[in-house]
Amino acid sequence: MALAKITSVTGRAVNVPGNDIDTDRIIPARFMKCVTFDGLGEFLFNDVRKQLDGTLKEHPLNEARFTGATILLSGANFGCGSSREHAPQAIAKYGFKAVIAENFAEIFFGNSTTLGMPCVTASREDIAKIADAVNANPQSEVVIDLVKLEVRFAGQSVKIAQRESARDSLVNGRWDAIGELIDGKTDVQSTAGKLAYMSA
Amino acid sequence: MAKSLFQKVWDSHSVRKLANGQTQLLIGTHLIHEVTSPQAFGMLRDLGLKVAYPHRTFATVDHIVPTDQFVEPYADPLAQAMMDELRKNCADNNVTFFDRASGKQGVVHIVGPEQGITQPGTTIACGDSHTSTHGAFGAIAFGIGTSQVRDVLATQTMALGALKVRRIEVSGKLPPGVYAKDVILHIIRQLGVNGGTGFAYEYAGSTIDGFSMEERMTVCNMSIEGGARVGYVNPDETTFAYLKGRPYSPTGAAWDAAVANWKSYASDAGAVYDDVVKLDAASIAPTVTWGINPAQGISILENIPSPETATSADDKAGIIEALEYMKLPAGAPIKGTKIDVAFLGSCTNGRLSDFQEVAKFVKGRKVAPGVKAIAVPGSQIVALQCEKLGIDKILADAGFEWRAAGCSMCLAMNPDKLVGDQLCASSSNRNFKGRQGSTTGRTVLMSPVMVAAAAVTGYIADAREVFSVANN
Ligand code: SF4
Repeated sequence: MALAKITSVTGRAVNVPGNDIDTDRIIPARFMKCVTFDGLGEFLFNDVRKQLDGTLKEHPLNEARFTGATILLSGANFGCGSSREHAPQAIAKYGFKAVIAENFAEIFFGNSTTLGMPCVTASREDIAKIADAVNANPQSEVVIDLVKLEVRFAGQSVKIAQRESARDSLVNGRWDAIGELIDGKTDVQSTAGKLAYMSA
Repeated sequence: MAKSLFQKVWDSHSVRKLANGQTQLLIGTHLIHEVTSPQAFGMLRDLGLKVAYPHRTFATVDHIVPTDQFVEPYADPLAQAMMDELRKNCADNNVTFFDRASGKQGVVHIVGPEQGITQPGTTIACGDSHTSTHGAFGAIAFGIGTSQVRDVLATQTMALGALKVRRIEVSGKLPPGVYAKDVILHIIRQLGVNGGTGFAYEYAGSTIDGFSMEERMTVCNMSIEGGARVGYVNPDETTFAYLKGRPYSPTGAAWDAAVANWKSYASDAGAVYDDVVKLDAASIAPTVTWGINPAQGISILENIPSPETATSADDKAGIIEALEYMKLPAGAPIKGTKIDVAFLGSCTNGRLSDFQEVAKFVKGRKVAPGVKAIAVPGSQIVALQCEKLGIDKILADAGFEWRAAGCSMCLAMNPDKLVGDQLCASSSNRNFKGRQGSTTGRTVLMSPVMVAAAAVTGYIADAREVFSVANN
């Protein structure tokens, strides 16, 4: 299973500001009544983007000038709450390829990395700089460089951080661990063999 | 070297180091349910893989089951499709499925302990963030995403980095009318909604040691609401007594060997922690949330925060957003806020002792006019226990609807939902915007007895006053 080496993500960005944006907000539970992840993108941030009758509310993702953005900017503790992979799946299926936030909730971060969608952190001031630039010119190109750990945009650059294990997985094309986990089969059997409850 | 339980379990379940520096960790017990497993089975099929250790995977159905409809097909065809998919996946892969016909169905985090599947010194994973509940038994239990559900199905392992360990010591006697739920709401309030990111929480101290298994489960359950993926209590005699005689507990000589093994997993006296927090049980009061995340809590005696009292710009923005959504007046007492719905249940507080405690107080009382009150046992077994003790009757006489087991209004993936901006006094664990099924619905988290007090008065109330709990 050869996976792409994700060393950078280039695209236009959109800022969805706010702290503690939870997984229920990213994809409300009622849209999880499904047996595949297909079609989830349509319901990303559904309840903050749409009225009950389907008419659009004011939201960055509803602004035509941000259509086609592939980098999502947000605040602190992004993706907190549930373990639902439906949340990063909805973000990815909507068309995003990476998320920049102040920090991420643990399970969300791991789920996103496994999908090959980098989550990187930057300081609040630096995220604001990127947001200002893309708000001023939504067409401006933003580059997330996972090798140099920086984001370049509108002639500027700011530092980003990413947990080393995740960064390593992405740039070396092993962000989906399944192949490596399967390879460990013999070691798994010997570890399991030492634990009484595994044979019960 | 002295080690914590987390380190011991981690070490004994580490298979090998992976190229990116993470550990391949053996997951001894895998619990699955209908919402997060179908996609994983789909991925497995696409990859041509089989379930590696089917006898270590256990399934139940909880999130989507209607609590007032007992026969299939369910009125909601999507719910029925999820049910069918799980049933088929379990049958095709020889996975034990506790469905309704088994009499053992319920919320996955209630079923595991009830069956004795949840055991000390083990690793447990489930595609559900409240998997931390199982830590009450001294297991290391992780909530995981669907791709990891696939990994565990295919290999019985997952890739993970080690966590730091924070010991949270709660000592002393809780005042009357203060419960395990108040303890955990208080902890989350103190440490913040993301204070636990990167940590496993070890709950300890005389208060926690004195707790029953059900109380410990309530505490561990909400670890994730404070950002900690894992929460646990060291196993002791209370743990062993609970497990003895359960369907999946070892028996005979194997029982004695298991107990000795379980004891060896408890944290050593000299274990070193990355952080230690100490709390005094006597200072904890009945706690309720006023906002849109579980850390936005206050004691029932306090006033709703106002933006002026914010400690930072972030805090201020958070308060403004929360008050706007909750439609609550800044600076006013939370006590006296009118409620529309009272919900008893969930994997936090849907166990026998929760209903027993409520029944003690609502016996002979009536739910206030205009309040819709529902009581949803966490499992079929809890339902049966309550029914044997007449608790269902007491609650029904008081005006609660007594329902069948499931997650119900905790996240409203079944027909139990708030309507419009109804305000719900809830014994569940999340008060996120829209959590209980209406995009403008409002949730106030509290202990079951506080829910009962709100139900009978129609207002958020101090249960100690409503039920004349003597302060001795
Ligand atoms: S009761 Fe609520 S929190 Fe628990 S598993 Fe069900 S939906 Fe999740």
